[in-house]
Amino acid sequence: MGVGPDRTPVIAGIALSDYPVAPDLDGVQHHVLAMQRVLEDSGVAKADIDGYVSAGGGGMMVDDAVTMSEYLGIDHRWIDGTMTGGSSFEFHVQHAAAAIRDGRAHTILVTYGSDQLTRMGRTLGTGSLRAGQSRAVPGPLQFEAPYGNSLVGAYAMVAQRHMHEFGTTSEQLAEIAVGVRDFARLNPLARYRDDLTVEDVVNSRMVADPLHKLDCCVITDGGGAILLTTEERARDLKQPPVYVLGAGGAQSHWNISQCPDFTTSAGARISADVYAEAGLAPADVDTIQFYDSFTITVAVLLEDMGFCAKGEAGAFVQEGHLRRGGKLPLNTDGGGLSSNHPGMRGIFLLVEAARQLRGQGGEAQVPGAEVALAAGSGGWLSCIGMVLLGKDRPA
Amino acid sequence: MSSDTGDWVKPIPYVDAVTKPFWDATLEGRLTFQQCPGCGHRQFYPRAACTACGATPELVDAAGTGTVHTFTVIRQFGGPGFKDELPYVVAVIELDEGVAMMGNVTDVDPEAVRIGDRVQVWFADAGDRAHIPLWKVVT
Repeated sequence: MGVGPDRTPVIAGIALSDYPVAPDLDGVQHHVLAMQRVLEDSGVAKADIDGYVSAGGGGMMVDDAVTMSEYLGIDHRWIDGTMTGGSSFEFHVQHAAAAIRDGRAHTILVTYGSDQLTRMGRTLGTGSLRAGQSRAVPGPLQFEAPYGNSLVGAYAMVAQRHMHEFGTTSEQLAEIAVGVRDFARLNPLARYRDDLTVEDVVNSRMVADPLHKLDCCVITDGGGAILLTTEERARDLKQPPVYVLGAGGAQSHWNISQCPDFTTSAGARISADVYAEAGLAPADVDTIQFYDSFTITVAVLLEDMGFCAKGEAGAFVQEGHLRRGGKLPLNTDGGGLSSNHPGMRGIFLLVEAARQLRGQGGEAQVPGAEVALAAGSGGWLSCIGMVLLGKDRPA
Repeated sequence: MSSDTGDWVKPIPYVDAVTKPFWDATLEGRLTFQQCPGCGHRQFYPRAACTACGATPELVDAAGTGTVHTFTVIRQFGGPGFKDELPYVVAVIELDEGVAMMGNVTDVDPEAVRIGDRVQVWFADAGDRAHIPLWKVVT
């Protein structure tokens, strides 16, 4: 990769705050708890952190990167506040890995926290995007807000078009939710752990056609943190390092009405380059941690990340590959569909991918997992970030 | 906003210098989009720059007809003004001129809407600053 072993970027620490319900924590406290736990997990001293990242998301000047950096007391020489919605953290890893390779920082902390459920209730997917604000909507949203679309509705438009073009069925999408629920049953903290069948999903209440209630992720509180450093420094730390083998991110639109292609995400534009960076192919991936805001999100990402041809995700998932014991287990923590989704879930994808590669997955461990792919979708299938992680150092 | 928006209780656009010509046209019952005098690129929503070449685009009239590119039926929504209308159709309409915009398909059984349906624009009175483009299926 053109760099010496001293600057090979690794994830040396992972942590979660409390979820799915944490009524005594506000968003900033989730950031703090996640930081405290990632220091404990990794053995890194706080004073050694010289790079910091937060996507914010908790409101203006509450938990953005510069405010959090001040609040936490991070004397950084490198900072990133990229905010692409739920996929922000996959973009962060791309940026942090490059900074570590370049020697611009040696120990980078990424934190996230949200009290979404406690603060807002369950309005994330079906509430007004501008709740409590003026009726006069500025910017590009002035061309959407008068029509009463919801976040669920935006992804529903993707699903509707996918079904129209490729014959994808609700039963096929439901299989994604059922497989993820099997893993949630192994996670004592998961929001939903009861039995779930394809029939349960397709018979659940329609929220925005063709997406049913159980095609949609849960809404919870939660937070997380990761620590990135060099392979060399990680040798003195507590955990086996997880290598950043490849990373990338791209955007096709932001607001859903500007989506140039309702069945293909910007992930299709970058995935081949990310595999090439890692010297790997989709067949080398042992587990995928995909942003399952909705079942359709996973279907589109499967295609755009190269696991099946465009339009074939429905048939692919029906073959059972994503299930526990399948060749490509999906969301081994129970995912957003069953475990937790505080608003921007991308950091949980990285935490779970690293947990699997450390061999710390417990009952949900994917046997022999050596390569994991985390792929996030931010906005309205707008910004796709992907990170290939490995148990072993890159060749 | 001090302007009277009559029966329209849903969100309204915050009309700015760039979007004002579009919204002014709606007051006259005209649907418009932008075309670049330099490269010919067409776009919606109106912006201060052409997304293809960066030049300053011009506003031109659309025929007001298009096709449902994709849609959803909203059955749950918390925003003011919408609850009484549930379920309703939100669609992305591809205008015959090739640009796309969001809109409601109205006066229709939501269950009957299909991708590919032909639609015609109409305008809902939302006061003296903007009328809101909406769509009816044409048979």
